[in-house]
Amino acid sequence: MTSNRNKSRSLVLRLWRHQESRAVIIQILTMIAIFALIALIAQNVVVNLAAVGKEFSFGFLLWPAAYDITFSPFIEYTNQSTHLRAAAVGALNTLLVALLGIIAASILGFTLGILRLSRNWLVSRIVYVFIEFVRNVPILIHILAIYSMIVVLLPPAKKSYGLPDGIFFLSNRGFYVPSPIFEAGASIVGIIFVLAVISAIIFRQWAKRVQNQTGRIYPVFWISVAIVVGATGIAFLATGMPLSWDIPALKGFNFKGGMALKPEFLALWLALSYYTACFIAEIVRAGILAVNSGQTEAAHAIGLRHNRTLQLVVIPQALRVIVPPLCSQYLNLTKNSSLAIAIGYMDITATIGGISLMQTGKEMETMLIVMGFYLVISLIISAFMNWFNRRIKLTER
Amino acid sequence: MRLKTTLTSAALALALAVTSGVQAGTLEDVQARGVLRCVVSTGIAGFAAPNASGVWEGFDIDFCRATAAAVLGDANKIEAVTSTGKTRFTRLNAGEGDVLWRNTTITFSRDVGVKLRFHGVNYYDGQGFMVKKDLGISSATELDGASVCIQTGTTTELNLADYFASNGMSYEAVTIETNDEARQNYEAGRCDVYTTDASGLASTRSALPDPDAHMVLPEIISKEPLGPATRHGDDQWSDIITWVLNATITAEELGVTSANVDSLAGKTGVSDHPEIRRLLGVDGSQGSELGLANDWAYQIIKQVGNYGEIFERNIGVNTPLGIARGYNALWTDGGLQYSPPFR
Repeated sequence: MTSNRNKSRSLVLRLWRHQESRAVIIQILTMIAIFALIALIAQNVVVNLAAVGKEFSFGFLLWPAAYDITFSPFIEYTNQSTHLRAAAVGALNTLLVALLGIIAASILGFTLGILRLSRNWLVSRIVYVFIEFVRNVPILIHILAIYSMIVVLLPPAKKSYGLPDGIFFLSNRGFYVPSPIFEAGASIVGIIFVLAVISAIIFRQWAKRVQNQTGRIYPVFWISVAIVVGATGIAFLATGMPLSWDIPALKGFNFKGGMALKPEFLALWLALSYYTACFIAEIVRAGILAVNSGQTEAAHAIGLRHNRTLQLVVIPQALRVIVPPLCSQYLNLTKNSSLAIAIGYMDITATIGGISLMQTGKEMETMLIVMGFYLVISLIISAFMNWFNRRIKLTER
Repeated sequence: MRLKTTLTSAALALALAVTSGVQAGTLEDVQARGVLRCVVSTGIAGFAAPNASGVWEGFDIDFCRATAAAVLGDANKIEAVTSTGKTRFTRLNAGEGDVLWRNTTITFSRDVGVKLRFHGVNYYDGQGFMVKKDLGISSATELDGASVCIQTGTTTELNLADYFASNGMSYEAVTIETNDEARQNYEAGRCDVYTTDASGLASTRSALPDPDAHMVLPEIISKEPLGPATRHGDDQWSDIITWVLNATITAEELGVTSANVDSLAGKTGVSDHPEIRRLLGVDGSQGSELGLANDWAYQIIKQVGNYGEIFERNIGVNTPLGIARGYNALWTDGGLQYSPPFR
């Protein structure tokens, strides 16, 4: 009896003293604790919702939303559409501002990062001050500041700036531009354009092969531009210019016709772009500085010109440092877009996570939908950036 | 504040997840805490807004004070839990506030769907439109194509959609989180029209730099009965809120004011009127039946006043808002304010 107990105790002690098995035991206990915590929270939700008499269900998604969303560029939406459709409109609006924000932030960020390293003292100082100012002020303040600048400083619709007058209009109701109307024959021009782009890509590959075999370098960029612009231009003229413009005009309170960039969208897009661009600029600067100057000197020594050195030696190595933190910035931008609600841009937080939440009282369900959406989008961005990172990483021979 | 409000929904959803079950005994909780927490707006002049020294004042705040006077015997023991239109019900349901006194329209979906308990109407309102006078408009039917500023999370969004659709008009909705920001947008000309309840329009107009340059259009497009709300599941607390409101209305009807209440309640004299005697706790035990002190209604009238006093002090014709009693006059004066009897 005694020896049995001793034996079992010594077994536990032996397992505990053994480093590997102890690690396994600790991990099992941690997992149990985490799942217990999750179960406790879930149970609490159910109990608390039941206490106020609320049922946990997503059935409300099929009820009519009954409110209007003015900014829905991609899908049809009226106030008779469902909450689900309102969520879709919000999701697309979030994706639109996130995608355009990522593009603008990347272009601006790389430019600022390179200018920050400029040998011109004035340029590098100006960029330095700009970056430090922008990234040390919270993003919400930027969004509100840009929005009030647009709304307060720009004139009302009736006194809008024309740039030139009668075609483009800038006012605090938005930036109105003519929208294209495609007529018969426009599809032919479109097909020719696609074909021209494909031929340009084939030409680039051919030119690269020639360069690898013979060392001969063609002006690839300019020839590609000539192919695309030339072919499309000839097709456009030959089909009798099948394109006309719907020019916006002031009718009543607002402009009718054309396309509009609304102040809410503009403010959010601009603020997200330049704010994130300042972080990207610092990442780009760090990446370029991380490439040993010996690399540049060696490239110069074998006769490569300055821009070829950048293109072939510095940037490929810098990218390896730049891409992982760049991914975080893209994720930040996407998530920061949820601040749209402060200025009334109808993103997913403002539609399903805002008005729908309010009208149905389903705070738990709507918040889960919103969180799930941001999670999925962020994971997709991460997956893409990981793929890109693997593609550019150092291939060791 | 704004950042806070954008994050509150998520935080409150979390609060629902981690707080222990909502207690049924709200009265005991409030008395143990010694402070009444009222969910109020983030600032609507005349209804609930902090004054120059940071003390909350207004029509809704006075009803909150009246509740505190009844429950705690001291009208000053209140705490204003501010909320946007969007977060108010979540705050109430998560137990952050004991009662909601916040320009809230009673609707079927809020009563049934959001699981609230409503306790009568302290203000009969309706949605209207405000425009700049220089637009030269005299009716809401001329608003086709206009940009309209709305505060999000309110019934006004739905009324607006219905009104424009039923009149075959189009509009651009500019949906803003708080009343203040919506007003700034309207002022800057981002919108042609500002829409909310007529009381809110009067409040907003009084806060504009040049109120005379703006006008409220004659159309009232909805019924907006505003009233207090509590959570489901606490009948005693529901009764208290119902009868606090009724006590202020009955007091006005019976001519009991903060000035003469002492001479009616047995302090410096006593009334012969049986309903006044019951109301003020001279006769009967209505207070203890509610779970309160027997002089609960006396404390309300003494410290805060009757319905008419509360109305005139905060939003009446002699205030910057200048709202006439209208529908909110007593039923004896041709209005809709009508309290069940105290018997």
